[in-house]
Amino acid sequence: MSGATKLDELKDVPAFGQRDECRRFSMTRPSLEIMQINIGKRCNLTCKHCHVKAGPNRAELMSRDVMESCLQAFESNGFQTLDITGGAPEMNPDLPQLVKTAAARGLHTIVRTNLAILIEDGFLDFPDFYAQNKVELAASLPYYSERDVDRQRGQGVFSASITALRRLNALGYGRASDLRLNLVYNPGGAFLPPDQKALAQDYRKKLLDQFGVSFNELYAITNNPIGRFGDFLDRSDNLIGYMKRLAAAFNPAAVENMMCRNQLCVDWDGRLYDCDFNLALGLTAKMPGRIQDFGGASLLREIAFGNHCYACTAGAGSSCGGATA
Amino acid sequence: MKTYYNPEDLAQFGNMGENAPALWEKFMAYYGDVFKDGALSAKEKALIAFAVAHAVQCPYCIDSYAQTLLEMGVNQEQMIEAVHAAAAIRGGATLAHGMQAKNVIKKLEM
Repeated sequence: MSGATKLDELKDVPAFGQRDECRRFSMTRPSLEIMQINIGKRCNLTCKHCHVKAGPNRAELMSRDVMESCLQAFESNGFQTLDITGGAPEMNPDLPQLVKTAAARGLHTIVRTNLAILIEDGFLDFPDFYAQNKVELAASLPYYSERDVDRQRGQGVFSASITALRRLNALGYGRASDLRLNLVYNPGGAFLPPDQKALAQDYRKKLLDQFGVSFNELYAITNNPIGRFGDFLDRSDNLIGYMKRLAAAFNPAAVENMMCRNQLCVDWDGRLYDCDFNLALGLTAKMPGRIQDFGGASLLREIAFGNHCYACTAGAGSSCGGATA
Repeated sequence: MKTYYNPEDLAQFGNMGENAPALWEKFMAYYGDVFKDGALSAKEKALIAFAVAHAVQCPYCIDSYAQTLLEMGVNQEQMIEAVHAAAAIRGGATLAHGMQAKNVIKKLEM
């Protein structure tokens, strides 16, 4: 049984797609701003909350040909932001070529980095490389304390992340206006994220006072009840409580700006999805083909909603760019 | 009744309004206002509530405010410091009452 099917069959959790607002905004916008591409599941970390269950033993990596197909579709359909995620994108050996090509074509490019990899042997050149190519970074840092981060991401990850952040700051990231460094918070368990603005103030003060680290914006993201986090919910007998919490916090005003309405996600093999969560669940987008044979197909489509989507509409809403409502 | 405290009762708290709705509505309005941002932030007030919940030993309030505080970005370390603040006052109050005993003893002893 897929994760989506299981979540869709939970008692006491109304079907997400049947909500009035979800019916009203069930289609994507006519033109899409973001193309998110998942260039591989390989990662140096095995974070407890990872929805794609990335890790060192995953073999899936996007090829150069698929990357080129993504860039062609990006330019021919008026996308504005290329959002590169993984796994750890740096573990795909073709990332540098992708970034250089995107930069040469003047594309606004975001890389989602786990920070810790930036101080590992073989990856030490990436901070300079990112700066040279004006890549915007969305960096995972799920809290401002060592204990909380290491509990979620592994021993030593907080310390490595701070070292990487200092390096990025020294290059101008998080300080110079054209080198954007945004941090990503996610809850360390079965609870919703705090108010993004208030949390950003705490992050800014703690990281500056204790570590001399600065950043641009903080994105507070809700944990989606799938992948490794879904497994945790199951194991810890938190699944029903968490799903009820998400459904009770459903914010109708967050539906219109759900990220799936404004993006197309491409998996490592070129398959198309509405978002990285649907990608992790194998819920392909309701449109034909892969990015390789995309041609001039319309991007307008009905979104493949499921009860996991409650994570994007709880409270202030949640997306890869933080709160939405 | 198998136990004096039942976790499911927390979600049934609203049933307390069934028998005296006017009083309940006043209480809830007051309660809601108390925990809004004011001279103290909502987070500071929630931490106070969490500490008091331990001092008055209310398992429902501890359950509720632990989740509330996690969702306000407060971590375990910060929450346990708040519990220590409550414990220090309870312990200090116990010791301070020792003065009563000392006064009684002083009066009675030769």
